[in-house]
Amino acid sequence: MRVEKHPVLGDRKVGRMVTISVDGAEIEAVEGEPIAAALLAQGMIVMRKTPRFGEPRGVFCGIGRCTDCAMTVDGVPNVRTCVTPVKAGMVITSNLKGGGE
Amino acid sequence: MATGQTFDIVVVGAGPAGLAAAIEAAKRGARTLVVDENNKPGGQLFKQIHKFFGSHEHRAGVRGYDIGRQLLDEAAKCGVEVWLDAVVHGLFNQRLAVLREGRQVTVEAGRIILATGASENAVAFPGSTLPGVMGAGAIQTMINVHRVLPGNRFVMLGSGNVGLIVCYQLMQAGAEVLAVVEAMPSIGGYGVHAAKIRRAGVPILVGTTISRVVGQGKVESVVLATLGPDGKIDPQSERTLAADTVGLAVGLTPLTELAWMAGCEFFFSPKLGGHLPLHDDNMLTSLPYLYVAGDITGVEEASTAMEEGRLAGIAAAESLGLLAAAAAAADKAAVRQRIDVLRSGPFGEGRRLAKAEILQQQALRSRQGGQSWKA
Repeated sequence: MRVEKHPVLGDRKVGRMVTISVDGAEIEAVEGEPIAAALLAQGMIVMRKTPRFGEPRGVFCGIGRCTDCAMTVDGVPNVRTCVTPVKAGMVITSNLKGGGE
Repeated sequence: MATGQTFDIVVVGAGPAGLAAAIEAAKRGARTLVVDENNKPGGQLFKQIHKFFGSHEHRAGVRGYDIGRQLLDEAAKCGVEVWLDAVVHGLFNQRLAVLREGRQVTVEAGRIILATGASENAVAFPGSTLPGVMGAGAIQTMINVHRVLPGNRFVMLGSGNVGLIVCYQLMQAGAEVLAVVEAMPSIGGYGVHAAKIRRAGVPILVGTTISRVVGQGKVESVVLATLGPDGKIDPQSERTLAADTVGLAVGLTPLTELAWMAGCEFFFSPKLGGHLPLHDDNMLTSLPYLYVAGDITGVEEASTAMEEGRLAGIAAAESLGLLAAAAAAADKAAVRQRIDVLRSGPFGEGRRLAKAEILQQQALRSRQGGQSWKA
């Protein structure tokens, strides 16, 4: 969910909206925001499953250190979505079946 | 690989400590570069929407993001060069290996100041890896910088200032905070932060912990339990909260990889977050070209980080012969006096003692002559 109104920060400044594809679904995202923020705004909190046990993982540290939010972006595996900015037309897959990439 | 560029001083980290260090160094004539792995400068300042405490000199009453903007403006005015999206992944004496916007470059530095900050600790309990369990700082970044709420109903583990402040900011962003959970018998952070969320109806449950988090593929509920006098969970006391997100505010650990790589001497300080580089009162490590400032030298807060950065910046410029000893001594004395104020009072006392221990250790090892401590 987006924080539209805020008592200190004021109204959210709407950046340029673009479309990205996440596991085949088209979603709206703000250009330049981290991919993980765009997903969380849609309530999508599972970014991947672990290769061996297939356990779900989502954003943990939000600063690019823990790698729990890694996804495949435009064919590149293991991209840290919390520190990778959204660009129009990005194709993102979550590797939700588990298994090594 | 691009051929190396040369700077008088290279600062790693564009947070409050790094920017403050670069400003002081550049003001004194040092050709200064700041390198940061993020694509925006300012470190954690831009998510700090609360007003800072302290005195006028410490910009009390000014919000974190405004302090960040002031630092960036000042750095630009002083001619500090800032590289973003630039990861320092190697430190070979005075040469840094940098991956800058995807390209390898090397940089030669007269002096290096590490201001790499800290990262949040995790804590393990059944369900702690489920999506929806997040660092409190990660939540703060999402709501205040990216304006996205990662959940609706939150439980916060840890009642230090980070936990308390992020709870208040969650409510400002429109979320519901069900409880703050604290294993210790008393609240960890400032009374003023605790009072703000208690007035808003959020219980702070001391002597309590998260016994487990339950959910199918994501957080669906949080089971709390009271800790007995032996520190163990009392199974009879378990109760469930219908939360969808858990924040972990259980401390930070200094980001010391580059200091380890450089090979400077370390010291273990539980109070300040773990292993950290030994340094003297000029923020100089055991290596004659390597300085440290901010959370890498022990986890404190942004005001102290800025002052440590200033100290390192002045001292590094002095060591390059850019200012006279008398002028440097006066400048450094003023900064040290302000640092002493920040580490005073009941909350500063523990940090002051822990920092004093670092300086004592440094002096001891220096006398033993194990390393090349600069006089």
